[in-house]
Parts: sequence; C-alpha cells; structure tokens
Amino acid sequence: MTRALDLRTVVGIALLVALILLPIYVEATGSRFLLTLFTRIVILAIAAVSLNLILGYGGMMSFGHAAYLGIGGYAVGILSFEGVSSGFVQWPVALVVSALFALVIGALSLRTRGVYFIMITLAFAQMTYYIVAGLARYGGDDGLTLQKRSQFVAPVNLSNKIQFYYICLALLCASLYLVWRIVNSRFGLAVQGARSNDTRMRAIGFPTYRYKLICFVIAGTLCGLAGALIANHTDFVSPAMMYWTRSGDLIIMVVLGGMGSLFGPLFGTVALLVLEEALSGITEYWQIILGPLLLLIVLFARGGIDGLLGKVRHG
Amino acid sequence: MTLFIEQCMNGLQFGLLLFMLAAGLTLVFGIMDLVNLAHGSLYMIGAYFAATFAAWTGSFVLGALLALVATLLVGMAVEVIAMRRLYGRDHLDHVLATFGLILFFDELVRLIWGAGGMSLPLPSWLNSPVRILPGVDYSAYKLSIIVVSLAVAAFLYVLVMRTRIGMLIRAGASNREMIGALGVNIKLLFTLVFGLGAALAGLAGLMQAPILTVQIGMGENILILAFVITVIGGIGSIRGAFIAAILVGLIDTLGRAYFTDLLRLFFAKETAATAAPALSSMLIYLLMATVLVIRPEGLFPASSK
Repeated sequence: MTRALDLRTVVGIALLVALILLPIYVEATGSRFLLTLFTRIVILAIAAVSLNLILGYGGMMSFGHAAYLGIGGYAVGILSFEGVSSGFVQWPVALVVSALFALVIGALSLRTRGVYFIMITLAFAQMTYYIVAGLARYGGDDGLTLQKRSQFVAPVNLSNKIQFYYICLALLCASLYLVWRIVNSRFGLAVQGARSNDTRMRAIGFPTYRYKLICFVIAGTLCGLAGALIANHTDFVSPAMMYWTRSGDLIIMVVLGGMGSLFGPLFGTVALLVLEEALSGITEYWQIILGPLLLLIVLFARGGIDGLLGKVRHG
Repeated sequence: MTLFIEQCMNGLQFGLLLFMLAAGLTLVFGIMDLVNLAHGSLYMIGAYFAATFAAWTGSFVLGALLALVATLLVGMAVEVIAMRRLYGRDHLDHVLATFGLILFFDELVRLIWGAGGMSLPLPSWLNSPVRILPGVDYSAYKLSIIVVSLAVAAFLYVLVMRTRIGMLIRAGASNREMIGALGVNIKLLFTLVFGLGAALAGLAGLMQAPILTVQIGMGENILILAFVITVIGGIGSIRGAFIAAILVGLIDTLGRAYFTDLLRLFFAKETAATAAPALSSMLIYLLMATVLVIRPEGLFPASSK
C-alpha cells in the first residue's frame, strides 16, 4: 500500500475538509436539516469504516454488523433511563458491552467460513434484535426515548448541534486514523494475508483465528461507538436500528464506496444517504430506483466509488 | 392434551411451509452457488398474485393456480434479467444485488397494490374444522397445507432422485463445468431450477396468505427463517432442508406456546411473562448457532464440490 498522495487520498481529504466546513455553510444558510443529515452521515460512516475493517481488509463477510449499533445505542439508552447520564460512564460501557458481544459472536462465528459465516453473523444479530425487542422495561418493540443526551464536563455539550457534529467528525477522523494504522501494521497485514490465503498464513505460523477475532472485536467496538453516537443524535433507540436490513445498508455503504479502501466507506455512506435524500425528493417510490442501481453497481462497478478513482491496489 | 396435539400440528404445518421456501433456496444455492435474498420477495409476490387472481376469478383454487404460474414466470424473468449475470461471482455480490432486488420488489408492490395490504378469503369448504382424531378438531385449511406440502416434498424427491432432469440437477450441483462440457444446456437448466424455486416460494406465500395478511415485507422475516433452515440442514441438501424445516417449525411453534410455562417453573411470574416471547424467538437462532459450532457444514452436508 503506497503512502504517496494519490488521487483517492486527495479526494478523501477533500471530502473531510468539506465536512469540516459544512457548519459554516449551514450557519450562513440556516439549513438545520442539512446539519442533521450530515451528522447522521458522519456517524454511519464510523459504522461503515468499522465494517470495512473486517469486510474489506479481513474478508469477513459479517451480515450482522448493525447489532453493535443497537448494542452501543441501548447501552446509552438504558443507562440514561436508569438515571446514569454521565457520558464518562455511558460511552465506556457502550464500548465494553459491544466488545464483549463481538468477542462471543466472533469466537463462535469465525469457526465457520463463506456463506455459513454470513448466515451465523446474521443469526446472532437477529438474536440480539429479539433480546432487545423483549426488554419490556425499556420499551420493547417501541424503543426508548432518551430524556437527555450524554453529559460531559462544562464546555462539552452534546445538545449543541454544531458541537455534536464536530465531535462526531473528530471521532470519524480518529476511526479512519485507527484503521489506517491497523491495516499498515504487522497485525493488519497478517489479517489481510489471512483473507487471501488463510492456510498459508497458518503454515507460516500466524495464529490467524486469534488475529481475525481481535480484528472482529475492534470493528464491533468501533461500531458500538457509532451506536452510542446515534442514540445521542436521534435521542431515541429502538430494535429497528439493529434489524437485518440495517446490516444490509451498512454493507451497501462499504461496497458502494469500495471495499478494502481507507476512505471507501466514507464515500459510500455520503453517496448512499445523499442519494436517498435526492431520490426521495423526486419520487415517493425512490427505492424502485435505488434497488436496480445497486444491482448495476454490483454488475458493472465492482470497485465502487473508490474503483472509479484509479486502479485497485490489491485484490 | 388436545391443545398439545393442535400445537404440534401447527408446528408441523409451519415447518412444511418453511420447507417449501427453504427447498427453493437450497436448490438455487446448491446448484447455482447463488445466495438469493430476494427469495422472500417471490414469496410475497406469490401471495399478492393469489389475492388478486382469486378476487378476479372468484375462485380460490383457480386464483392459486394462476398465481403459481405467474410467480414461476416472474422467477424465470428475474433469472434471465439479473441472476444469470451473478453466477460465479463472490457471495457478497449476491447479497448486495439481491438486497437491491428486495428494495425494488417491495417498492414495486407498493406502487401496484398500494401500502395497505390485502387479504385472501378462504372458501367455506376450507374454512371449517375437521376431526383428525377422536375429540380433536383441526382447521381444514391448515390440514390441506400439510397435505399439499407433503405432496410437494414427495414431488421434489421424485423429481430430483428419479427423473432425468433431477439427474442433471444433481450433476450440476456437484460439477457445473463438467455437465456443461457434456453438452447439457446449463443456461436453460438454471433458468428452470430458479423458476421452480420461485414457484415453490410463491406457493408457500399464497398458502400462508389466508392465515396472515398479505403485506409488504412479509417475505423478509420468513426469509431469514428459511436461511436458518438451509444452514441447519446443510446448504444444497433438500433432505436436510426437510428435516431442519420440521425441526424449526416445531421448536418455534411449541416454544411460543409453552416457553412461558416452562420459565415459570424457574423464575417469578412477571419475569417469565416478559422474557419468554423474546427467548422463544431466539430459540431457532440458538439452534442454528449450536449446529454451526458443532457441525459447521450443517446436519446433512450436500456432496462436496
């Protein structure tokens, strides 16, 4: 992987700069809606970046990634409901619980491969969906409304929409940096090696199962963070955020942007959500356009948006 | 005891219905190596067709037959237009492309039939209970679902194990390139198999339609169950799908019926009442996870590729 400034890095950084400047535009035009939309985009981009770590780099086709969104979200929601509103408690709990779930799910799922892996991750995500839907004390199917957002010390106030946006954006940048560091480390290269040829990596002496599991847990934890953010963003958590179609949406974001590319998930998330907004402006039946579009992307644009920015480096 | 027998029959009926969905799924997967998430959409379309045609013709049976043919045609069209291009691709590509198809079909149905949903009324001769055992009455319609499903299972068995087409299907499942090289028209065979799978999904949909409402997204929940069954049974194995489907149908139905009572033995009444629905929904996923951990290839793995 080259560290030179290629086109995709330039576009990626340009997009980040545009995201940083967005609130200025919002202040100028007073378009609150745009800020809400892009806060959502930035948060889901964190989830997509985390999924890309296992899907794109690790070759682990998890079809249950939205489960961690829900787990992170519910960790915040439940603590808030029980009167613990400090973010210094809520967020670490969200991360730890997501990590524990990812550890258990990953440890069992990674024993299988291929389609079976897709299906078992899906099954675990559905299981967590039903657990959460069964929590009658916390709203069950109807979900749970947050009385107030996570509380931090004085200058930090998540209810300030612009501040919250910048916090999410900073966390997105941190996630991108983390993933970049991981995939270029010895650990990350070993995981990518296992994607290409697991048997060979084991023969060389890498404990690929353990490496992949660690990678899976990191991705789950990061997605749990996105879940905690989204709970604060919408002031609401419900089982619907972890339904299997949500996992499908996350996969779309990653593949649309370009799997195994650092900025790919960010491109994909921006593209998908902006496209959704644009299409739903045209017609009420916008999914009738989006569906075939996905099919065409799969058939004719395999590298996703990232692939359009030049040759794919590996594969 | 009467109730227990009735619940067992319900479980069997649900399992057999799931079998019809899972059979199509596992056939398509075993032979074309294709993960088809849009299978649930075909189930939904079968139900919508049946409701429409039955209203048109005024006859339940005629409507059902027309719907079956229509779903078969839709399935074959989908294969020719979209699926054909996906063979040999990565499974992730299948997941994405067919996810796109789900969005498309859901929206198409909303466009054509509206968001309200429909109902498919039963004719009176199917709507009355029959006596299956001394002192046990059971819905004639559910009984007829069991009979039809068993007939379909038998038909599939004969088709796959005893006919020339079945021989080609099995040959295709074990080595696609080779039977193509031997001069078999693979493209046609695949279209037929996909159409058959679609018709089975449509049949399941239209038979379930009178019990539940016909609505958008009805295929999505049950699709996941069908996937669970194919995975438990071993992908590509019809026999595995049959056994797993009945297992899942029974566990799911009996779990919903008796899990609350079971939990009440161990926990407080309120805890049991709130925890049971969630836990019984989880039971089959738990079963699948257990099967996969113990036998990662499923209970009856199809012949290795």
